[in-house]
This record gives sequence, structure tokens and C-alpha cells, in this order.
Amino acid sequence: MAAINFGYTISKPRAIDLDRNNLRKSDEILHEMPELQTCIGCGACTAVCTAGNLTDFNFRRTHTLVRRGEYEGIYAEMNKCMLCGKCRLVCPRGINTRAVVMLVKRKLGDF
Amino acid sequence: MMKRRSWQEYQKEIADDNYYYARSCIRQNFFPGSEKAFIDILHNDLGKDLLDDPKHSSCTGIGYHSDIVPLETIMTVVARQFSLMNDAGYKNFVTSCITSFGIYNEILATWEEFPETEERTREYLYKATGREFRKPQSLAHTSDVVFHFREEIARRARHLLVNATTGEPLKVVEHIGCHYAKIFPKSGIGGSEFPYVLAGMIESWGGEVVDYPERRHCCGFGFRNYLVQANRGYSIANSHKKLESMAPYKPDFIVANCPGCAMFLDKWQYTIAEMEGTTYGENGHGIPVLTYEEMAGLVLGYDPWTLGMQMHQVDVEPLLDKMGIEYDPAAKYLGRNGKYIGKPASAVVNCCPTDTIYDIRE
Repeated sequence: MAAINFGYTISKPRAIDLDRNNLRKSDEILHEMPELQTCIGCGACTAVCTAGNLTDFNFRRTHTLVRRGEYEGIYAEMNKCMLCGKCRLVCPRGINTRAVVMLVKRKLGDF
Repeated sequence: MMKRRSWQEYQKEIADDNYYYARSCIRQNFFPGSEKAFIDILHNDLGKDLLDDPKHSSCTGIGYHSDIVPLETIMTVVARQFSLMNDAGYKNFVTSCITSFGIYNEILATWEEFPETEERTREYLYKATGREFRKPQSLAHTSDVVFHFREEIARRARHLLVNATTGEPLKVVEHIGCHYAKIFPKSGIGGSEFPYVLAGMIESWGGEVVDYPERRHCCGFGFRNYLVQANRGYSIANSHKKLESMAPYKPDFIVANCPGCAMFLDKWQYTIAEMEGTTYGENGHGIPVLTYEEMAGLVLGYDPWTLGMQMHQVDVEPLLDKMGIEYDPAAKYLGRNGKYIGKPASAVVNCCPTDTIYDIRE
């Protein structure tokens, strides 16, 4: 706590710092589902997502944040998925996206 | 040495003599000896002709970037400066401020691209003051001029940017300022991609430039980012990012091109130390921040207190000791005619080795 009240504090940067983030959980997820590395980030999963149509759930954004070590609030976010699996039908890389949701929830339940 | 052809695009013509000098409106408060040092170096050391015209005004750049001064107004103010230069018989405009340098470049380019804006400005100036103007033959920032004469200054050097004890070159962080070469990259030496104006001085005077990851990052001034208190957290975050990035390279000092950058890189070190307890220099103190005129002045053997270095937030004594520069610690807070000018309260970024001496004089 600063002794002087300056009326402002140092803003936290919005940049993702890969040197500081702990990527252990992310690496574990990629180890168990290496196919996730083939994601080209096209966003088709998000475009067809029913949950995303009704809430602000964005599967592409969420799993990308996980891969960069940004785990805060991810479990609650993945809980918005209703596991209908329509994203699996459109993924051009054939990634088992529903399994990704389950795996992330299992690994990041504490965050 | 020109290794690549693309490098040639980033060179610029700098006049050899006869300069019309436009001062900064804020530098006198933060680094009060710097502009005087520039005039002294040009007049006394290099024997050049430079007119320090008391008639010219602020360029109103800070007001313009804060959305207070309209474009038409600032164009008319700039036109008046050029008119004063014409009256004095000069053609080479030299400005001491990076904000002003950006403004002059922006307005000259606007007049070039949109000639009707130049015509309107001529009309406004004539209606307001009865004046007419011709555009300058060359426009340079004062650091361009110091860069231009860097080898001549090196030949006259009394001290080099070298550790006097070990003989090792000093590690110097240089910061050119966004408005020097990020708005019009071709108008600054090396552009923003290969910033060379300060690096060239450092190399010629024996120092070593630190090429750290956030070298080209903004200092955080950004006008309205700072002017509104609620936004200052964003401003300080930028300096914080730079200081965090440069600290592992253990720089001996920072040299800045722009009035705002020199001030923020210096004074934010105090604020960060108060807020977080983090300091970035040696022995738990700050990293000294110099202007390029102060750096040139030290190299040429000027007295640090004549250069106004007692007004810095971070004490410069450790740097002076490293360079082997003699100075009178007791004279630090004595202004002109030996009058005591007051001293700042102790802060963690300062080393304050001679506190008691000043207290006795008080």
C-alpha cells in the first residue's frame, strides 16, 4: 500500500505475457489432446454455437486463452457450453471440440 | 557506414549554420539548463550562428493534442513563427521540442497535401497580424543539430561516456520520443525503426547503446493520457513497462530526446518507487535520466549544476562519479549568485550522499 495517495494506480497491461504465465496446465491439455494444436482459429465453432447465440460464450476465445495460460474464469466460461456438439460438425480440422470442453473443465476446475 | 540501401531513406539534410531557434514551452520547468546549454554549445564551442528570438510563442502543440486548440489556430500560430523567422533573415528552423517538431512536420505536410489549408492560414495570419510568411528551407530538431556536430563535439571532449575507473563504455538507454519519427519516419534520423539520432551521439562519445526489447515503446506521456488524473495509471504503466524491460541490462543512464519523455522516465521512477517499492538503478536507487544537451554538456566539460542537473528527480551523482567528473556537492542547490534554491525531500530513488551539508546551509 503506497504511503501517498496519487489518485491513480499503475494500470495492468492487457497484453498476455507468455514469459510470466504458467503454461503447465495448458501443456497438459495439449499433451492429452494434441489435435488441438491443429486449430487454425477459423471460428466456425463459435459461429454455429447455440450457447454462444444465447450467452456471450465464445469457444474459440476461451480455448485460445487457455493455451496462453490465462486461466482465470475459464471453468465458469466453459460451463456455458451445453455439449450439443454442433461445433464438431463444422471444424475443418476435425477436432473433438466437445472433448476439449470436458478436458478443460477437468483440468481447470480450480480457476 | 551505409550497409543497406534502405538506410539511405532515413537520412536527412541538416543545415550547417544560421539557425532560428524555437524553444519549448515546458522544458524550462523540468530540465532548465538544457536549452541554455544548446545555445552555449553552438555559440561558444562550435562557433555557429543561432538566433534565440524572444518574440516567438509556444507552438500550442499540447493544447492541440488535448483537443483544446483547433487545427486552424495552430496552423496560424506556426505561420507566425515562420514569419518571425523571415523577419530575422533566417531560413533554417530548429525546434527544441519533439511535440513542436511533430507539429511543424505535420503542418508543412498538410499544407503540401492540401494547398487550400495553406491559403486559408495565410489569410488568417494576415487578418490577425498583418503578417505574411515563407516556409523554412530546412526544419530540424535540436538533437539533429547535435547529431550533425557529434564528431566535432567528440574531438573537443573533456569526458567520454566511459567508466573512468574500469575504462568500460557506459551502457546507455536512448529514447527518441514518438513525435520525433513515428508520425513522419523520414523526418527523423533512422526513423522509428532504426532510431539513430541519440545512438549516434552515444557511439561517437564512447558509450554503448542498450538495445532492449521495449526500446521503441512510448514513455507514456500521450497528452490526454496524462492530463486527466484518472488516466495517469495508463501513462505510468507505459514507463513501468519500459523500465521493467531495460532494468536487466543495468543501464548507467537514460538519455531522452523529448521534453515529456525525459520528465516522465525521470519522475515516474519516484512514483513507481512510492507505489510498489520498485527501483531500477544501482544500489536500490533510480536510473539517472539526461537530456541530450546535458549529455553533450558533460562530454564538453560543463559544470553539472550549470547544466541544471540538480533539478532531476533521480540524483545524477553516481553517473558523474563513474565518468570521473569533478563537481562541488555543496553547490548543488545554490542557484545563480550563490543563492540557496531549496532542496527536494529525500526519496528512495535518490542517493542523497550530502544531505547534511545542505541542512547546515539552510
